[in-house]
Amino acid sequence: MVSNEYALKTNDLNVFYGEKHAVKQLSIDFPSHSVTALIGPSGCGKSTYLRSLNRMNDLIEGAKVTGEIWFDGENVNHSAAHVRLLRKRIGMVFQKPNPFYKSIYENIAYGPRFHGVTNRKELNEIVESSLRKAALWDEVKDRLHHSALALSGGQQQRLCIARTLSLNPEILLLDEPASALDPISTSKIEELIQQLKANYTIIIVTHNMQQAARISDQTAFFLMGELIELNDTNQIFTKPTRKETEDYITGRFG
Amino acid sequence: MSSPTKQHDSWWKEGVGKVLTTVSASILILTTLAIIYFIASKGLATFFSNGVSLVEFLIGTEWNPEGAPGQFGALPFILGSFIVTVGSALLAAPLGIGTAIFMTEISPRIGQKVMQPVIELLVGIPSVVYGFIGLSVLIPFLRNSFGGVGFSILAGILVLTVMILPTITSLSVDAVKRVPRDLKEASLALGATRWQTIWNIIVLRSSLPGLLMAIILGMARAFGEALAVQMVIGNTTAIPKSLLSPSNTLTSGITLNMGNTIPGSAYNNALWSMGLLLLIMTLIFILLIRWISKRGQA
Amino acid sequence: MNTKAKDRIATGVFYAMAMIIVAVLFGLLFYILFHGLQRIDLQFITSSPEFMKAGGGVGPQLFNSLYLLVLTMLITLPLGLGGGIYLAEYAPKNKVTDVIRLSIEVLSSLPSIVVGLFGLMLFVNTMGWGYSILSGAFALTVFNLPLMVRVVEESLSSVPREQKEASFALGITHWATIRKVLLPVALPGILTGAILAAGRIFGEAAALLFTAGMSSPNLNFANWNLLDPASPLNPFRPAETLAVHIWKINSEGLIPDVREVADGASALLVITVLVFNIAARWFGKWLYRRLTAS
Repeated sequence: MVSNEYALKTNDLNVFYGEKHAVKQLSIDFPSHSVTALIGPSGCGKSTYLRSLNRMNDLIEGAKVTGEIWFDGENVNHSAAHVRLLRKRIGMVFQKPNPFYKSIYENIAYGPRFHGVTNRKELNEIVESSLRKAALWDEVKDRLHHSALALSGGQQQRLCIARTLSLNPEILLLDEPASALDPISTSKIEELIQQLKANYTIIIVTHNMQQAARISDQTAFFLMGELIELNDTNQIFTKPTRKETEDYITGRFG
Repeated sequence: MSSPTKQHDSWWKEGVGKVLTTVSASILILTTLAIIYFIASKGLATFFSNGVSLVEFLIGTEWNPEGAPGQFGALPFILGSFIVTVGSALLAAPLGIGTAIFMTEISPRIGQKVMQPVIELLVGIPSVVYGFIGLSVLIPFLRNSFGGVGFSILAGILVLTVMILPTITSLSVDAVKRVPRDLKEASLALGATRWQTIWNIIVLRSSLPGLLMAIILGMARAFGEALAVQMVIGNTTAIPKSLLSPSNTLTSGITLNMGNTIPGSAYNNALWSMGLLLLIMTLIFILLIRWISKRGQA
Repeated sequence: MNTKAKDRIATGVFYAMAMIIVAVLFGLLFYILFHGLQRIDLQFITSSPEFMKAGGGVGPQLFNSLYLLVLTMLITLPLGLGGGIYLAEYAPKNKVTDVIRLSIEVLSSLPSIVVGLFGLMLFVNTMGWGYSILSGAFALTVFNLPLMVRVVEESLSSVPREQKEASFALGITHWATIRKVLLPVALPGILTGAILAAGRIFGEAAALLFTAGMSSPNLNFANWNLLDPASPLNPFRPAETLAVHIWKINSEGLIPDVREVADGASALLVITVLVFNIAARWFGKWLYRRLTAS
């Protein structure tokens, strides 16, 4: 059984895309209210692994995920699991900001409304608090009913984070959330992640090692679908135990 | 918080969409099967119930279904349909493809701004309008230039040519546009002239399947067109002696006689057999297009 | 002959071809509009046709064409949406899906006279609806449906994949994602395609000869009783459309001004198609801008 210190953990998780064995026997524990960074060269399976955690790989034809994903005392990697409820409780933010072609307000209200919140006042509160948590409220409060597509890239990404927060998830999966953004927007997102840590368990995929070093508590280094090293972030970046890790973080490949 | 696995989706929430859309999609299959079944059952009755010989129907030249005994040689209709189709394709294909190349390679500015919208508009013009213009402009012109009545195979070919030109042109434009830019640039960089590039790279290599498909779709449209042809071809059931003689096609035969024959009679059934021939030709055109597109991908 | 000269000649030939086409096609449009517009006035588009003498209009025919269009769209839109959504979102890669796609290809390439024959047998005779608007609308549905299914499928497929992912990641069902996220984004494309398809069916004639029929009863536009034979809205009455009217007066008309009436009716058809074309472009762009910009 999962101890309560861990919000999520995987045991021997494998992902196959058709013949390709993309993620191999991964076992990682994610402590509550901490930030875990997944790093590694592109194609190492870090995003694939992340997308298994909220069962987004179900959408990909020919993808197969074996092994265990423990969440809230149960293994959720089986066909009878309530995937939608799982996704509500494990939110996800994508690499490219992907706001809906709707107003800012509707972007946030869409999820809660579907999950049963119909009261207008309650929705207004959710929209405001989600935008505040994502540090976007002051910038958009006067144009809530304007199109979300008119926002800047960085604002759009914070809107996407707010949209995820609107469902009050326990875990946030961030898939390279700042890779498409300029440095200022990136630092805003990083700041935000630091604040969100108090209330959420965060798992972030990043190809930016400085970013991993700045914001995470533990770091997992992936290579060719395998977990090479998992340790405290300080440890990994100062005294990596494996040669591959050292090569990667010192920039010798990747 | 409830357990993540203990609740289940209600069937209604997720299943309803799949069921509704599956039903709509199956209607497409059902309609197609129904059309094939209905037309085939009526069309084959001529041979099975009325005892008309299939060979006579296909190659006989005498059409007198009301005679005693009735004669059911549909070759004049079949021949008429093929002649107008091939004739209009022979005229429209070079013109249409040439225009498409002009629009994409020689003067894209005029092509996009002026010709494209007009051609798109003309694709949508009802075929009766083409027939009516043929009747009121082309027929008098042919009568004055060549004598005779004017209603003729040639008139049918010309009306269909104008009618399928926009179709062939706009499909050819799509085909030529799909040729990768670097292929053309490479050819020009190697010192080939524009004409050599157009001929060798565009026409003969990259867009050949697309251009062939454009021609076949144009031919399918010409073969199946009823009213525009019927209005100008003269509707005489005899093997045409020249391009200027009046003739008939499968579609015009059906159009003119379906309403005047008694359902169930051999005459009426023979018209359904002509409909069945049209259906079979449609399937052949589709097979041809599929074959070309497969070869084009290989 | 050297290659330079060949190149110049070829270019000349292309110019000539393009000029021929432009001359023919523009000439055609100009001819139709020039002759027709002299004829079109309020009296022409509102009054009934004459049978023996000159001066008749095409009012009922115009109404019939529009009514038939509306009915056809009412039948086609839901079915087309359903079929298009199925192909874009649910269809597995298997034989059945291949058969659906083949069916679409067959239906969209059938000669319209064949569709008319099918309508005659199924709707007019078997269902017993006779020559009627309803039979005509269903016959038109047979061609319009494959077009609509394609339009819906293509519009849905061009919605960025990320939109769907975003919705799924919020724990929302596929069906709700389609309705609330994908369809609104695909809407401009769907509407543009629908309007263009509408232009197509507005001018269709061959499929209607033996389904909607070649006559129109005397209509009383004050009569709104759906079941009264004189009511314009009765779906079980025969309804000659504008396109069928052009064909009929030319092949068996007794009026002395066939030419003038047909000129006017042709121009009306062409103008309608033109309006549909322009409307489709403009409306699609407008909707897209509304959906994306602030």
